[in-house]
Amino acid sequence: MKKKITLGIVLLIVCLVTMPLFAGGAKETKPAGGVTKLSMWVFNGLHANFYKDRLESWNKENPNNKIDLSIEEYPNAEMHNKLTLSLQSGVGAPDLVDININYFSNFLKGDIQLVELNRIVDPVKDKFVQSRFEIYSLGGKVYGIPTHVGATVVYYNKEIFDKAGVDFNKIKTWDDFIEAGKKVQAATGVPMTSFEVIDQRPFWPMIVQRGGDYLDKDGNVILDSEINIKTLEAMYDMMYKHKIAIPMPGGATNREEFWPFMNKGGQACLIMPMWFMSRFLAYMPDLKGKIYVRAMPIWEPGNKRSVGIGGTGTSVTKQSKYINLAMDFLAYAKLTKESNIKLWTILRFDPPRWDVWDAPELLAPDPYFGNESVFKVLLAVKDEIVSPNNKLLSSAAQDLVRSQVMYKVLVERSQTPAEALKKAADELRKRK
Amino acid sequence: MHRVINNFLYSKKYAPYIFVLPFLISFSLFFVYPIISTIIMSFQRVFIGSITFIGLDNYKRLINESFFNAIRTNILYTVLTILYLIPVPIVIAVALNSKLLIGRNAFRAVLFLPSLISIIVSGVAFRLLFGTGEFGFVNSLLQKLGSRPVNWLLEYWPGMFIMVSLACWRWSGVNIVYFLSGLQNIPKELYESADIDGANSLDKFFYITLPLLKPIIIYVLTISIYGGFAMFGESYVYWNENMPGDIGLTIVRYIYQEAIQRNDLGYGSSIGIVLLAIVFGINILQLKFFGIFRREQG
Repeated sequence: MKKKITLGIVLLIVCLVTMPLFAGGAKETKPAGGVTKLSMWVFNGLHANFYKDRLESWNKENPNNKIDLSIEEYPNAEMHNKLTLSLQSGVGAPDLVDININYFSNFLKGDIQLVELNRIVDPVKDKFVQSRFEIYSLGGKVYGIPTHVGATVVYYNKEIFDKAGVDFNKIKTWDDFIEAGKKVQAATGVPMTSFEVIDQRPFWPMIVQRGGDYLDKDGNVILDSEINIKTLEAMYDMMYKHKIAIPMPGGATNREEFWPFMNKGGQACLIMPMWFMSRFLAYMPDLKGKIYVRAMPIWEPGNKRSVGIGGTGTSVTKQSKYINLAMDFLAYAKLTKESNIKLWTILRFDPPRWDVWDAPELLAPDPYFGNESVFKVLLAVKDEIVSPNNKLLSSAAQDLVRSQVMYKVLVERSQTPAEALKKAADELRKRK
Repeated sequence: MHRVINNFLYSKKYAPYIFVLPFLISFSLFFVYPIISTIIMSFQRVFIGSITFIGLDNYKRLINESFFNAIRTNILYTVLTILYLIPVPIVIAVALNSKLLIGRNAFRAVLFLPSLISIIVSGVAFRLLFGTGEFGFVNSLLQKLGSRPVNWLLEYWPGMFIMVSLACWRWSGVNIVYFLSGLQNIPKELYESADIDGANSLDKFFYITLPLLKPIIIYVLTISIYGGFAMFGESYVYWNENMPGDIGLTIVRYIYQEAIQRNDLGYGSSIGIVLLAIVFGINILQLKFFGIFRREQG
């Protein structure tokens, strides 16, 4: 008896110790009653609302091929770390995933674990802003479906400009912007704008609009180019010489500290992409009716008046058991005309499919944004929207700009723009 | 068959191995194997499906400002937390141990509570309390007191302050429990005879309590040094995605940033190996210094 108990205990211990080795292998996605379970990760709750809407109409239109999509929301960094680890280890990745452009290039290294999407993209490609596919492509293969153009605009708070007696419609160049800023500052005591100092806006759109970037078309590091240095020097001057700009409270537009500051009229205007409209609507209710959207000022003639910044590429992972179905749903949810209109009506994102830009839904006046037809602004600069180059070193480059360059130059003021950019570029070149 | 198993299990030669087998399996799976593969990866460039040996390149890249910043932050953080987390909990533990204190069980429970709260939860609360700009809770108090708002998350020393205060807030309770258990093991007779000799409370504290707490202090010191160098949570929860100017960059955070955020597992591994060497070195020195290797003198 005693022996058996001992033996039992030993076996139990062995089982307990080795059990984790066998767990977690199989996925539980079994089609039951024609409904297929798919999983999706997103890093922003607002995006989840969009997919829920698209799922509902997919299921209405495809009663024989219904999808049960479970959408999981994670904070930005956590979701991408989870994705990196699950793709590295080969288990645990979702079928569909929203990947932030800040991280996208990480997933194009080595043996790519995302599914090539050309089958669904090619038939409609000519209807889209081409550069928005290029940022999610490698070697002609598309790995992510864009969510918006991300055209950078300036959001002017008309109340503050009226108080200062300044007409923002007359601001055409960044010099005009500085002059107007001085008047606003003098009349109201409110800074013209604020710059992200732990993130990269408006530095990135400001350099790309005049031909600069972090990487060139072949992926070479050009972070320390003359254009970039001159631009960062101009930003520094706006803060410390002309005193029209301040470091953003909280350091970035996605921080809790920034929203109440902006909401209470803490700054006269904000330079951000169109997708930030959704944040105005969600987080800054008091600015309703006061915000007017205009194209970016330019540095010198020939500059572009808008730059597509930011982005979310939706991808299908190779770990999916239903790759074809996931792709079909993705095509339905992001590539159709109807869905692109929904991108606007639900999320206030500027849809990447340009043949919906003159749809009545998009041209309807918006009470939050000065009761204007915001989309007319975008139509006016339609042919000027460029996007940054998203090559292999892009994630690392963006991270360096966010964490080192902006902070050291604009907050700590321990390095000049030229020094900081040179240093970051050198570090980047070591990563080859 | 049955007999074979029985002979095997009851043999003095093999049975011990079976009993230590669970430990050996988990040790080799979760320690030996990862350490060896980390050493190997530290000489490689690791992408999914394409791994190339690049010699010492990863280690050469370690000579850079960020890594030295991380080491400096770790050392400062460790020293500052130890300066708080040993003396203060001892004093509190002595107070809690005194029969004169009313409601001491309630105090014990309250002081221990913070250590039960996840670092992420308490960190988010701290981050919002110490929000930058004028809307943060602490900043609004500071303004009422006539001081200017502090950019807690955008300057080095304020950043260090909020990391250290979160750690002290969380870990005081645990250290108090350690010291309390140490205090309760000190024989009462010692204090009684000290009373007879005419010692006052301070004398008793310095000549009886502290010397007899020494083993506990050494233990707490060891885990605090280890904890200081392994610190990640505070840094992560305050500067989730963006780490401006390496303010809160620690060695483990640097591993995370390079290996995961910038997807360079090879370089991350080389940082990990250096961290291992540092912690190993400090612990050996410390153990030697406090004479743990010496045989107990009967």
